[in-house]
Amino acid sequence: METTMNRLREGQSARITSLGLTGELRRRLLDFGLIEGTEVRCLRISPAGSPMLYRVRGTRLALRTADSSLICVEADECV
Amino acid sequence: MCLIALAGNPNVGKSTLFNALTGLDQHTGNWCGKTVELAQGRYQYKGREYRTVDLPGAYSLVSRSPEEKVAEEFLREGGADCTVVVCDATCLERSLILALQVLALQPRTIVCVNLMDEARRAGVTVDVRALERLLGAPVAATSADSGEGLETLMEKVRGVCDGFQPSARNTEPWETSDEAARRFVLRAQEIAGQCVVSEKPSAPTKTERLDAVFLHRVWGYAVLLLLLLGVFWLTIEGANYPSMGLQWCFDRLGELLHRGAEAIALPAAVSGALLDGVYATAARVVAVMLPPMAIFFPLFTLLEDFGYLPRAAFLLDERFRRAGACGKQSLTLCMGLGCNAAGVTGCRIIDSPRERLIAVLTNAFVPCNGRFPALIFLLCLSFSVGSSLLDAALLTLCLLLSVAMTLAASKLLGKTALKGEPSSFVMELPPYRRPRVGQVLVRSLRDRTVFVLGRAVAVAAPAGLVIWLLANVSVGETTLLGWLAAFLDAPAQLIGLNGAILLAFLLGSPANELVLPILTIILTAGTTLGGDMSAQMAGLLTANGWTWQLSVCTIVFFLFHWPCTTTLLTIHKETHSAKWTALAALLPTAFGVALCALLSLLFRLIS
Repeated sequence: METTMNRLREGQSARITSLGLTGELRRRLLDFGLIEGTEVRCLRISPAGSPMLYRVRGTRLALRTADSSLICVEADECV
Repeated sequence: MCLIALAGNPNVGKSTLFNALTGLDQHTGNWCGKTVELAQGRYQYKGREYRTVDLPGAYSLVSRSPEEKVAEEFLREGGADCTVVVCDATCLERSLILALQVLALQPRTIVCVNLMDEARRAGVTVDVRALERLLGAPVAATSADSGEGLETLMEKVRGVCDGFQPSARNTEPWETSDEAARRFVLRAQEIAGQCVVSEKPSAPTKTERLDAVFLHRVWGYAVLLLLLLGVFWLTIEGANYPSMGLQWCFDRLGELLHRGAEAIALPAAVSGALLDGVYATAARVVAVMLPPMAIFFPLFTLLEDFGYLPRAAFLLDERFRRAGACGKQSLTLCMGLGCNAAGVTGCRIIDSPRERLIAVLTNAFVPCNGRFPALIFLLCLSFSVGSSLLDAALLTLCLLLSVAMTLAASKLLGKTALKGEPSSFVMELPPYRRPRVGQVLVRSLRDRTVFVLGRAVAVAAPAGLVIWLLANVSVGETTLLGWLAAFLDAPAQLIGLNGAILLAFLLGSPANELVLPILTIILTAGTTLGGDMSAQMAGLLTANGWTWQLSVCTIVFFLFHWPCTTTLLTIHKETHSAKWTALAALLPTAFGVALCALLSLLFRLIS
């Protein structure tokens, strides 16, 4: 199911299809190893709705929904 | 002598490895980007000296955070004979991205896979031989905490320095394009895929179980508040008796010194200036400050070491985002609770220059350790019902007000002087680690407590002299101190204070912990206090017509006024700008004056 990274539910896994980001943030995400094809799993959503916590390449990464809404993913069916 | 550079991601135990190698115990925090100054140390191995530089934690060599720039520049031009890039065995794939970049930039590099013990416990095995073959570079596996593998690492470092350990074959040329960055990621994924085997964990890990509570939508905030309350309660409850004991000791010593001065027939002016001025002020600062500091700093460092602070940032980020600031500001804010100057330096962890400046300019909105004892004293004086838990709750309330004002000031800056879009926020939440209690105690006592105390005494002693002079040099009938207080009385009344209090704040600029001692000196017109200080101070203040309204305004002004001179100097060092430094002084003062004026107006309306 094609969606964006901020729409994932807690526990849901997905695969990145495209990073619709530019500039510094794109670079920063590349440093953390987020590229097309990378597996991500939503671990937790902050009580205020943002940021969200993801598991990426064995680490826990917090991203603001404003940023993760620009990352397209192919999500696994709901868990 | 050989020069070794230690590079690596934040939170991979780089500083622990540095300590294990050099024995120089340096501050190691379990959160991202903690090492700000370049720490250096030396070690001897097989009759040779190795100078080791601990570079700031970096995720990449092409990013724009000031810390990463430092690391990149050093690797490029630092002239290291050997670079050790430290990786995390529990998430080798991610660590290898940086390792490959370093290898491309510096062929004389050793890849050190650290945290092997933690990886074993998590069911992760790393095939070191295969890794060595795939990277084409020497690899050493270590657990810096237990010292495992250090000997091997030092031997390999010696090999690279002497040139008989083959240097790395360059697998990727050094490039900074997005395409190159992607290649590093893919290569790291490929290598990790071939030499890391991890069992699927059967039960949730410790970190997952703890996060289920600490990041819970209800319990998360409750835990945050309870932790604050707990830290304050322990500080208040625990600091009382040692403080009294210290004051008693200093008083006895003071009496002895007075007797000694009489015995050698020291002129009254000299003994007055030295004993009643310098000694009494310095002693009071130590007695009031040392116990709460010796309790607060270790407790706070334990939380830091445990890995809790980034969780607080995760919970609070949305509030900071709405104020146009960075979620990491909640970390620098926490650092400010210890010392505002340290908090200002810590702002280097914020990537965006605009948001970093906001964090620097608003750091003094949170009360530092030098202000806590005074706040506690004033709260107890006017509102205590004799329960230290309630005092802690009131103090927590003060802190919440501080945080609210920090957000308001950040928002104001974001709308005016520092316009701009909120930048992105990417933060790693490290796994929880058992805090190293022994190390934390030694470290926080030696590195923080003694440092801050030394600084306080260094400014308290000369300030004591100045105040004694002001209190003892008279023009006409009144002392200079009296004149100044009278002169300041009219403006001070406008904001619900009085001349003596405002003068104490002004003279206490070198260090906030001086304000209350100075106030007592002003009120007693130069004589020193002895015995139970708090009781006498309370009596003195009541005798001078102290009211609860006055307490409220003083507390608010304590929370929001100009930062101490050390903090201002640090701000100037960080911003290289007199303009921003001036704004950093004006901003909290404006908030304090406005709030106090409002409060005093309110009080007048009520009565």
